[in-house]
Amino acid sequence: MAEGKLCNRKTVDTKEYLNALLADKSGKQYYKEMEELDVDTDKLRTTLKASLKSRLRTWLEICAHCGMCADSCFLYLANNRDPEQVPSFKIQSTLGEIVKRKGNVDNKFMRMVMDTAWSKCTCCSRCGSFCPFGIDMGIMFGYLRGLCFSQGFVPWELKIGTGMHRIFRAQMDITSEDWVDTCEWMAEEYEDDWPGLAIPVDKVNADIMYTLNAREPKHYPEDIAEAAILFHLAGENWTVPSEGWEQTNLAMFAGDWAACKMQVESVYDAMNRLKPKRMVGTECGHAHRSTVIEGPYWAGLETGKTPVKSIHYVEWVAEALRTGKLKIDPAKKIKEPVTYQDSCNYIRNGGLKDISREIMSYIAEDFREMSPNREHNFCCGGGGGFNGIGRYRQQRNAGLQIKRQQILDTGAKLVISPCHNCWDAIRDMEEVFKDGIRWSFLKPLLINMVEVPEHLKPED
Amino acid sequence: MYEFLTGPAAIAASGIFFIGLIVRVIFYIRGLHWQMDRVTYTVNVSYGIKGALRSVIAWIFPFGSVGWRAKPGITFMFFIFHFGLLFTPLFLQAHNFLLKERWGFSLWTISDPAADLLTILTLVAAFFLVLRRIALAEVRILTSVYDYVLLAVTVAPFLTGLLAFHQVWNYHFWLMAHIICGEIMLICIPFTKLSHIVLFFCSRVQLGMDFGIKRGGMKGKGFAW
Repeated sequence: MAEGKLCNRKTVDTKEYLNALLADKSGKQYYKEMEELDVDTDKLRTTLKASLKSRLRTWLEICAHCGMCADSCFLYLANNRDPEQVPSFKIQSTLGEIVKRKGNVDNKFMRMVMDTAWSKCTCCSRCGSFCPFGIDMGIMFGYLRGLCFSQGFVPWELKIGTGMHRIFRAQMDITSEDWVDTCEWMAEEYEDDWPGLAIPVDKVNADIMYTLNAREPKHYPEDIAEAAILFHLAGENWTVPSEGWEQTNLAMFAGDWAACKMQVESVYDAMNRLKPKRMVGTECGHAHRSTVIEGPYWAGLETGKTPVKSIHYVEWVAEALRTGKLKIDPAKKIKEPVTYQDSCNYIRNGGLKDISREIMSYIAEDFREMSPNREHNFCCGGGGGFNGIGRYRQQRNAGLQIKRQQILDTGAKLVISPCHNCWDAIRDMEEVFKDGIRWSFLKPLLINMVEVPEHLKPED
Repeated sequence: MYEFLTGPAAIAASGIFFIGLIVRVIFYIRGLHWQMDRVTYTVNVSYGIKGALRSVIAWIFPFGSVGWRAKPGITFMFFIFHFGLLFTPLFLQAHNFLLKERWGFSLWTISDPAADLLTILTLVAAFFLVLRRIALAEVRILTSVYDYVLLAVTVAPFLTGLLAFHQVWNYHFWLMAHIICGEIMLICIPFTKLSHIVLFFCSRVQLGMDFGIKRGGMKGKGFAW
């Protein structure tokens, strides 16, 4: 059965394979090999039999073909209401067909399925909240991505991303040493401005274990310093683990369920090792979704909960502001109109809509809601891995238009976006459309707004 | 013929209908898997129940959900259609007379003019649903012959019943056609997407539990469908 050197059904478990993929610029050879990749129909049929349970089978069967899901999908709206972007059509013509044909599909079909699964759906699950039957096509596309992955039909960047998780237990090639060095470097860099600032590594029995996104140490380590400063100002007893610090999970976007399990277990191991009272994750949507919401299921934890209570960064911020651990200087509140990007992963699929509004009530004088908002908000346009896949850049940019219009309609030029994916999407939106929109995580804004107790101010 | 259709044939059709639907529900529940579905159905059950109720209640009433309110025209048609489909046959005097005669019990009944009106409304709503399937590109792309056949199977007992009641042309012919169509419909329900008569509840309960237990239901007020 034909398989390529780079594009195949194997998982990326060695640095050699990972480096070979990285050396293949833009995945040129990878996608060329994909055109010759045979579908292992026996395996596909067996996988369907073992994993396609009554929930998904029923959803595929009872769909009334009513089209009520059409308008719920931002990609349908952004693409001039192209009927082929109707969520029901997208899933019926891919997963529905695979099931109907009992896995007997060919290479060309699987490439179409891959393109649909990663460029026509961000798994935001908004359609699920507009279907009268409660058919959640975001969930079904997640499942479909798993089928694609098992057959080797996965976008190049995600094959690499999930390989990173398998090898480094992080979405980027950061070793434990790199990570700990970065923490030390950031603490040293900022301790003159913030006397007593420290980033405690592997402290046992802390109140908080902080986990984050590998992009932070790799590309903007100041984010780690900002987190440290805010914990420091709030007087928190906190720590970071030397291993198991990565909260994100590109394997979830790739549909590599075995790697999903490996990744979340590294964080759960850190929880069990360091025994913190709770875990606080960074400002990231999918990191929270994967490690806190879905992760316990991959790891087989029957309670459906992480080993210690785990919360999103916005929950910690709301609590710190509510209890007065962090105090906002009223003169420094945001005066200009400001809006908030509801991330699908922790708002619609995580229930944190009210917490976010509570934060805005403390920090903003002219908060403007997007419409629609909260659990019915539209995806930023770059979720589910869409941002990171070069092959679908054009489709991603087209999809950004809906979020852009939502933002412009608020009249605000500043968007608070406590989610890495949304943050990226809005940054790219500005690069493409140049509307003069600014975007920010909460941390840098809070640092400029909080009152610093006298004893924590630098001596000068 | 009449005796056969309203006797053994009716029993067989009803048996297939009831047993078929029970089997569908049993298979649905048996096929749920906490780890595959990623919902702890048996842990934090109270949140699951709350989520399930929210999910069903919001969608079972007209305009009860954001989704229904977003499309008032379709919502109106859907509810008229389903109300007529459900209530007309259940509370029709003639059906209850037959029930009493054959089974010794009957339900509360509606007057014949009321049943007439409901039937006509159901047929009109069905007509608009067909028009919608043809007119809207986003529905047309999802539609196949299967959808029209099932819609025909669903409305046939109503059309034939109406013609029989008003004795248009040949009462006996329409009565026989009505009974046969009704029995075909009952038999089709468990085996086709018409099984949503029960699976609607299963699916809504499942998704409600998903949101109630895992996706945010334990934080805040729950999902505002």
